[in-house]
Amino acid sequence: MTVSLTLDSVTAHYGSTQVLKDLSLAVEAGELVSLLGSSGCGKTTTLRLVAGFLEPTSGSIRLGERDLTRLPAHQRNIGLVFQNYALFPHLSVRDNVAFGLKQRGLSATERLKKADAMLERVGLASFAERMPSALSGGQKQRVALARALVIEPPLLMFDEPLSNLDAKLRIDMRVEIRRLQRANGTTSLYVTHDQEEAFSISDRVAIMNAGRIMQLDRPEVLYQRPANSFVARFVGFENLIPMQVSARDGANVTARTEAGAALALSQDAFGAIPDRFVLAARPDGLAVTRAGEGTPAGIPVTLGIRTYLGRAYQYQCSTPGGDYLGNGPLSEPLEPGSAAVLAPVPEQCCILPPEG
Amino acid sequence: MRTSLHPALTITASLIFAILVAPLFIILGASVSDTSYLTFPPQGITLRWFTNIFEISAFRTTAITSLQIALLGTALALLIGIPAAYALNRFRIRLPSWLANVFVLPILVPEIVLGFSLLKSVTISLGLPVFIVLLLGHALLVLPYAVRVVGASLASFDFSIEEAAISLGCPPLKTFFTVVLPNISAGVIAAFILAFITSMNDVSVSLFLTGPGISTLPIQILAHMEQFFDPTIASVSVLLMILTVGVMAIVEATLGLTFLTK
Repeated sequence: MTVSLTLDSVTAHYGSTQVLKDLSLAVEAGELVSLLGSSGCGKTTTLRLVAGFLEPTSGSIRLGERDLTRLPAHQRNIGLVFQNYALFPHLSVRDNVAFGLKQRGLSATERLKKADAMLERVGLASFAERMPSALSGGQKQRVALARALVIEPPLLMFDEPLSNLDAKLRIDMRVEIRRLQRANGTTSLYVTHDQEEAFSISDRVAIMNAGRIMQLDRPEVLYQRPANSFVARFVGFENLIPMQVSARDGANVTARTEAGAALALSQDAFGAIPDRFVLAARPDGLAVTRAGEGTPAGIPVTLGIRTYLGRAYQYQCSTPGGDYLGNGPLSEPLEPGSAAVLAPVPEQCCILPPEG
Repeated sequence: MRTSLHPALTITASLIFAILVAPLFIILGASVSDTSYLTFPPQGITLRWFTNIFEISAFRTTAITSLQIALLGTALALLIGIPAAYALNRFRIRLPSWLANVFVLPILVPEIVLGFSLLKSVTISLGLPVFIVLLLGHALLVLPYAVRVVGASLASFDFSIEEAAISLGCPPLKTFFTVVLPNISAGVIAAFILAFITSMNDVSVSLFLTGPGISTLPIQILAHMEQFFDPTIASVSVLLMILTVGVMAIVEATLGLTFLTK
């Protein structure tokens, strides 16, 4: 039983503050979608709306054919995994897992059988009699996962489930979560502020900011081809250079930075270039070469601090229009203070619409 | 390895301890004195003042009233106090900050004023039976303990546990009884004990609310002392002391005394 989750133009307020703005989102059946963003971006609000702990001001939430919008939280049948585990401290591990089954009116023997089978699946069969306080963080989260999965919900939701675990355990647990989610084919919504976590675990990721989804796509696309400056900055495009086209000659375009430096760009390499755009590049995407005879045209810069990255040198480059980060080859270390040019590497750069 | 205490600290602590315990020993001594008036040190030893308690029917009836009032009043205070404490903690962000202080007012207002205002507004104007008025007065008096102590327990309660239960299909009210209450039971018991003892010991509020035929034990002790000034008072006090020590011993054995001070 796999179903899709659909949020249609959902708006939400805390008091008079609007925290979600006309948010639409479709999670396909069996898919794991992450909501990624910094705190206050609305990702947790979205999850709480779907869970039924908050009510939207307008818009609708559907799970398959079922309209959840005004349904009380306890009737929604959604498995939830919390950041702080939220295990029942007064119940044993087994009773924690069986809690949801009890609410569904299963007999004691059935509850026992299902709970133990689920504990087996998360590798905690021998811990059934323990109290939650006697478990480690990782074990607690496994119990929480078992408790959410055992009710066989059509939708699983995770609210920063790995934030309280140490780095090594976090990686193990996300593999575990993905394995169980895949095996059951449960549609899932995953909230996190950790980019690596979101990218590694998800089919698709929604990057959120100020109550909106800035881009929703596969991690590969988000990482390589951000759609706007916000997403570009989020995934590590440290150089965002606003530019304006000054001349066009077939596929060849001349564009200038705000400080007036000219770049020759080919639409064959960069794709279509509008009249105003932002050139986005990671340090990898801006090649630093010594200024002098025979160097390609580029943005003239003065080099600042040089750092050794192992595969390249990275330079702080200052121009009258702003500072950039570029990489240069190990074969030719350049001294701070010397003049150089920055040239965009087409396959490492993105042409984005202007901001604002 | 033991760290040795500074002599000044040992002396001060011993002195404070002595000052705290001394009156209890004086009462104990006075209660067995073979004289017809309260005195210390005791002159001779007798248990007749203890038997005297049971010969005066007023002590028995007022003790029963006191127990009834303390039990019912505390129960009533918890019935109001637990939901109030829950709401104050659960919706802390949305509620005005002064609201929590409203529930402490009965402690802040001088008890004598509380008693007097209850006499004027409830006993006289509504004409309710004395027992009911006494019960309401005591419930109000101990309500702050219920709200504060249960509230302290709820302050460390993680409300996402409640959300977990709801997400697993448990309706909100049932969630309160199956998930919230079992996890704050220590606070509820502590609140019960504190409120019960406060109610049992109260004089000022009861003074105004007792009426013809109905009185509480502390008021009876007061009345008896005014009339007779004999060691019966001391022996009643000893019995009350034993009761308190008994309750504390049970608490210590089951939960540990430290949880009352948490």
